[in-house]
Amino acid sequence: MAIEYIGLKNIEGPLVAIEGIKGASNEEMVSITLDDGTKRQGRIIQMEGDMAVIQVFEGTSGMSLSNTKTRLMGKPMMMPLSKEILGRTLDGVGRPIDGMGDYYADEIKNINGEPINPVSREYPNNFIQTGISSIDCLATLIRGQKLPIFSGDGLAHDSLAVQIARQAKVVDENDENAADKFAIVFAAMGVKHDVANYFKKSFEESGVLNKVVMFLNLSNDPVVERIITPRCALTAAEYLAYKHDMHVLVILTDMTSYAEALREISSSKGEVPSRKGYPGYLYSDLASLYERAGIIKDAKGSVTQVPILSMPNDDITHPIPDLTGYITEGQIVLGRELSMSGVYPPVSILPSLSRLMKDGIGEGFTREDHPALSNQLFSAYSKVSDAKSLASVIGEDELSDIDKKYIEFGKAFDEQFLTQGQFENRSINETLDLGWKLLGILPKSELDRVSDDILEKYYRPYSQQ
Amino acid sequence: MDNTKGYIYGINGPVVKVKGSCDFEMQEMVYVGYEQLIGEVIGVTDEAAIVQVYEDTTGLKLDEPVEGTGGPLCITLGPGIISNIFDGIQRPLVDIRDHFGAFIGKGVDFSPLDKDKKWKVTFLKKAGDEVKAGDIFAAAPETSLIEHKLMIPNGIAGKISWTAQDGEYTINDILVKIDTNSGEKELTMCQKWPIKHERPYAERQPISKPLITGQRIMDSMFPLAKGGAASIPGGFGTGKTMNQHQIAKWCDADIIVYIGCGERGNEMTQVLEEFSGLIDPKSNKPLLDRTVLIANTSNMPVAAREASIYTGVTLAEYYRDMGYHVALMADSTSRWAEALREISGRLEEMPAEEGFPAYLASRLSAFYERAGYFTNLNGTEGSVTLIGAVSPQGGDFSEPVTQNTKRFTRCFWALDKALAYARHYPAINWLNSYSAYTDELDGWYSENVDKDFMKKRNEIMSILSEEASLMEIVKLIGSDVLPESQKATLEIAKIIRQGFLQQNAFHAEDTYVPMEKQLKMMEVILYLNTRIKELSELSIPISLLAKTGIFEELIKMKYTVANNDLSKINIIRTDIDTAIDKIISAYEE
Repeated sequence: MAIEYIGLKNIEGPLVAIEGIKGASNEEMVSITLDDGTKRQGRIIQMEGDMAVIQVFEGTSGMSLSNTKTRLMGKPMMMPLSKEILGRTLDGVGRPIDGMGDYYADEIKNINGEPINPVSREYPNNFIQTGISSIDCLATLIRGQKLPIFSGDGLAHDSLAVQIARQAKVVDENDENAADKFAIVFAAMGVKHDVANYFKKSFEESGVLNKVVMFLNLSNDPVVERIITPRCALTAAEYLAYKHDMHVLVILTDMTSYAEALREISSSKGEVPSRKGYPGYLYSDLASLYERAGIIKDAKGSVTQVPILSMPNDDITHPIPDLTGYITEGQIVLGRELSMSGVYPPVSILPSLSRLMKDGIGEGFTREDHPALSNQLFSAYSKVSDAKSLASVIGEDELSDIDKKYIEFGKAFDEQFLTQGQFENRSINETLDLGWKLLGILPKSELDRVSDDILEKYYRPYSQQ
Repeated sequence: MDNTKGYIYGINGPVVKVKGSCDFEMQEMVYVGYEQLIGEVIGVTDEAAIVQVYEDTTGLKLDEPVEGTGGPLCITLGPGIISNIFDGIQRPLVDIRDHFGAFIGKGVDFSPLDKDKKWKVTFLKKAGDEVKAGDIFAAAPETSLIEHKLMIPNGIAGKISWTAQDGEYTINDILVKIDTNSGEKELTMCQKWPIKHERPYAERQPISKPLITGQRIMDSMFPLAKGGAASIPGGFGTGKTMNQHQIAKWCDADIIVYIGCGERGNEMTQVLEEFSGLIDPKSNKPLLDRTVLIANTSNMPVAAREASIYTGVTLAEYYRDMGYHVALMADSTSRWAEALREISGRLEEMPAEEGFPAYLASRLSAFYERAGYFTNLNGTEGSVTLIGAVSPQGGDFSEPVTQNTKRFTRCFWALDKALAYARHYPAINWLNSYSAYTDELDGWYSENVDKDFMKKRNEIMSILSEEASLMEIVKLIGSDVLPESQKATLEIAKIIRQGFLQQNAFHAEDTYVPMEKQLKMMEVILYLNTRIKELSELSIPISLLAKTGIFEELIKMKYTVANNDLSKINIIRTDIDTAIDKIISAYEE
């Protein structure tokens, strides 16, 4: 019979302190039983002398200094794992909530994971075709990459994530079992019920629901659980990837709610805040999640992450997108202006970037002209914005001929290249050809990022097309 | 004497409070808990000592023992460092992988250097020789590029009483015995050094030589000196890491120490893979043969991240002592500053700006002051050049880490988001960046490159700054209304930007450009600048010249002129003459 500690020393927000604890270990799980018989889970986050500070996952409402009994569980937070989790829906701390009961655990793992040794990593260079032109051509997704979507409230990040998940599933044409080796881990942190339902319905419709593990911490679920949700999800993803050789796509939404939960707990702990009240360790904490993407040498599976975060007030310099951008390997930024003018997906290409694309595109991966083409499109599109801002001052009529060409190119680019249907799946060749078609609007002398032989082979002026 | 012992009284993340003994020294290395996690004492009061733990503290219990080692955190110096990859406290990541598998476990004490490998040692001193600290007594080839010089450790001086024979030895074999005032000392290949202390030297030398990187905007516009310090600040996606990689690949230092401090794991893997495949153009040997990697990725313990910078610079100083020129890249010093902030926050210290501790500036200056060009104790010359990336929050250069770094580095390569968005790489903004080394390096450039090099460089710079002020006007009223002479300046500036400053790291010819070609490119652009004035003096529209395609020819010369055959530059010069003469004669008719 384990020792139970009766009562608490104090309660503050989601944190409680207990005195007289013996033999507790850092990050150990505790179980708290209230007088009415309900049980709550907690985790020790700080200890000094015989006092321990405990984070209660389900919140502290209804708890008093005297109505609780606390028991140490003797281990850090663990998660039971099995291949049976595929197709299941779990709550924010990994307990089944789909009414199908518990599953048989094949392995139990610490949800905090361990850092991957850089020596054991395999550098990712396998192109994933998402069928979305702006992503495939300009911010290519690579297997094993962490590529977040920076979005704002009301933008189409959810449908974009679903489209990526739906269209990226065919991974290897030479492997007929490829479809069996694909899985999606979906973690919702503080999202609304209808958003969670939208994802569920979309997975159902595209027939992949039995390949999806859903972790749901919805907006009215306890805040502290939100800290645990992505860790459970990534533990499940690592298990599927490294134990069952699957290629796992992890969608984490919304990282902003996660960071806010972290801030809430930090402030109840009375920690010294850094920027905008977020704790000084926000970077390290986010890194402990994002860095769990990757490929390990000699393992057949991989973990690819597409976290979604909504930028508060569309501000990319806000600490959450800012720190995320420093950790992840690029970002896909959605733009409100594009969205307003009816472009779907509203990918704002200039700030979007994929750091790993340089090694996963070009000859032998996609097509020889891909690097030069994407470079040229970026450079041309940045001139479009210069021309537009000039036009807003002196009027479009007064622009030089070349600037007019850029305006025309920019319009065609938004309408034909960026815009595509939610179910439109373009192959990489189609996307690249479309890029060349649009560059045809510009005179050849403007294309300074492309070598002569590539120009010779692919460039056709618009009049000759 | 028994080592100090205490027990764990409190745990808060990586910070552990220890009671039971007050005899810990500041910065003493300690073993924490039954798992013997490595930690360092960072505060002592009359009732408790504060320890920061370099490993994950999950599962640590109160009342577990903490044991002092009696000395500060040291790293082991000896052959086997080059081509290796270590974590922030010099644990070899390859051995950790062999022990734990793909994920990093904790609590195991590894020997940083290979204990079994035999090195071919040649003795340079013999019995009877008088030696003092720093003297080289033997040498052993460490890689195909680097000869490791074995030096007398600090604090030892006397007469050699015995040496082993030339031959193959492991790092722990006794090679030399020395009679000193305090008795006989036995030396092996290794020595220990505390990472937070600067290694001694005889004298600091004035700075006089550039660190040639093969990157045009660095070498020609904002040169860095050997023994200098540079910072590369930039928001995410502006190419800090790419620039650091380019310098690590191509710069003319003998040894590269590359510290991945709180950055991405995949980037370290990339450096490892790429550098073992890439061949150094000067020696035809793999680049990894001159590179040491220190990887403390963002998800590895935060206290070890703080140590990684010091580990790296200590390794750099050790090779400097052998007479090598060492360049150290730290990517990124902001993560290191954040580690300081995180620990400081856990200690509940009074924060200064943005939560950073008040000692941020003094820590940064202590680090950057370890750069320099030195005469070593043994009379050789060596240098340590520091290149620190800075990741300012929100790309805002007014934040504390960038501002304090600026004070201690004299070369500032400011990365610009707008340039990066337009895929203009390297995205170093030529208007915000500076190098305070230009005066000191003037002598070297005029002697080794061209006697008017700095004059030419300044001409290029003045065209660029003129462009910037013209662009203010163009933004308001368009370029059509400018006089022809100013339109000409805009065209020349465009050639400089696209043809000279922009450099393609993925193009075989353009990724590294020797100084001669950089000079020739500058000269031909300036030549066009002089000749184009003839047109504007005659009020001939510049657009006529633009139609000849000569501007594109200049922009593409970085690809079309081979690094090893610069004669094609002369053809471009002739083309300029032909084009301009033709236009003038047509106009005169």
